Amino acid sequence: MSIILNHVNCVYGEGTNMEVHALKDINLVIPDGQFIGLIGHTGSGKSTLVQHLNGLIKATSGNVLFNGQDIYDKDFDSKMLRSKVGLVFQYPEHQLFEVDVFSDVCFGPKNLGLPRKEVEMRAYKALKMVGLEDEYFYQSPFSLSGGQKRRVAIAGVLAMEPEVLVLDEPTAGLDPKGRDEILDMVKKLQTETGITVLLVSHSMEDVAKYVDRIIVMNQGEILLDDTPKVVFKEYQKLEKVGLAAPAVVYIMAKCRENGLDVSTNVTSIDEAEEEILLALGRKDNL
Amino acid sequence: MIRDITLGQYYQGDSVIHRLDPRVKLVATIVYIISLFLYKNSPIVYVLGFAFLALCISLSKVPVRFILRGLKAIVILLLITALFNLLLTDGEIVFEIWKIHITKEGIENAVFIAIRLMLLIVGSSLMTLTTTPTQLTDGLEKLLRPLQKLHMPVHEVAMMMSIALRFIPILLEETDKIMKAQMARGADFESGNLIRKIKALVPLLVPLFISAFRRANDLAMAMEARCYQGGEGRTKMKPLIYRKRDAAAYLIVAAYLGIVIVAGKMLRIPLFI
Repeated sequence: MSIILNHVNCVYGEGTNMEVHALKDINLVIPDGQFIGLIGHTGSGKSTLVQHLNGLIKATSGNVLFNGQDIYDKDFDSKMLRSKVGLVFQYPEHQLFEVDVFSDVCFGPKNLGLPRKEVEMRAYKALKMVGLEDEYFYQSPFSLSGGQKRRVAIAGVLAMEPEVLVLDEPTAGLDPKGRDEILDMVKKLQTETGITVLLVSHSMEDVAKYVDRIIVMNQGEILLDDTPKVVFKEYQKLEKVGLAAPAVVYIMAKCRENGLDVSTNVTSIDEAEEEILLALGRKDNL
Repeated sequence: MIRDITLGQYYQGDSVIHRLDPRVKLVATIVYIISLFLYKNSPIVYVLGFAFLALCISLSKVPVRFILRGLKAIVILLLITALFNLLLTDGEIVFEIWKIHITKEGIENAVFIAIRLMLLIVGSSLMTLTTTPTQLTDGLEKLLRPLQKLHMPVHEVAMMMSIALRFIPILLEETDKIMKAQMARGADFESGNLIRKIKALVPLLVPLFISAFRRANDLAMAMEARCYQGGEGRTKMKPLIYRKRDAAAYLIVAAYLGIVIVAGKMLRIPLFI
């Protein structure tokens, strides 16, 4: 169950003076079960890239392989692809339309042509997964709070039981608590079910804690593609394209500059704490 | 798919046509439309109209391909109009199949109406392609100013028009986004019979209406927060001022209309109305 992008190019408005080369020769392998962070500045092509993964945008040139099959083949089942690659758009709460929460979540699996019982079971499971209490199930989705609406919208995609879940800035506009809740929920889902998750964000801080791999995009090209540790080491390169490594990386670099013998190879506050205590301990023993 | 619609779109450029005062362009467009409808079918008027339009397009430096793309949207309307003219015009029968009579006048009418409509659409889209919506409404407001004496709320009408124009691309983009999002959830907008297709629009239209209301609400709030009071005593950052080139453009347009009228008179083409 892997997705391969092979020399994918995407040009908007070809042949006009508004031509934008949104993706430039993207080569990418997304294997099974990875938790990937896709980072980039506004307009770097992140959203365009993820819409190629389930065939919503057709590449101007190049191809996309899903399990070895070219998704642009004439006999390729694009509905199947969209059920396997679940895409949660930016501000997904803007797509809610049903009279109550439960029927809205049912929309996806119903479109897959599943029997009613299966549809409802999946919807129930998805709503439980995003942590929405039963009391909200039969309320209008428009009467919920922003964070709850977002959960319902994510559940709407989860109910299709995708093998690859793509979330385009799922935390945009949420408060820190709501942000952590959503990301923790996604991480839990990923470890429990082993699905592949691609998390699009412009904040390193958000993804550092969760992902196994970070892809950094800049102006339609892949700038870096590696584990968080390796990517953060290149923080000068990140700054050049208007991004930044998490604050701990800078703290550790400063510590080291000022003579504290710590490793700069950390990505989270917990790791940093341990590392600093260790270094202080070593110093005391000298 | 939705992005192909060029109606009301602006094509960034820096040509003579782009720099003209919007009032000139509005008047020129109206004159042009009148010139097309002044006389009954006559090739010479269309040749003149075509030549004038071609001159304007080449001056505007907007790619012809881009302009013609706007015609794609009206192909069906064109075909239907032409078909009705072809089938329903009485006159000298050229040939008939079963109960359908094809007349010489019918063929003429069908061809001419198609040409006339195409010139009309291309001509007016050239105006919107070379004029920003703001300029357009400013121009309209100035042109309609005399109507204020008759207590017509000219500024408000112009404001409504500019907001409506501004929202076309926004709503198109929104439609595109919601459509994609629902397609990602397995929605199918293309297959099935008519009733199924209409039903399939619900997941698109409900979010679209909600977002339109939300945007309208936000805009109203933002306008009030900036103390918008309507047209009374309002000044402009870029007031419209006629320049020499605008006078020249008016002359050219008048000359064009003159030539059409003279040509019509000389060839004794009957008036359309």
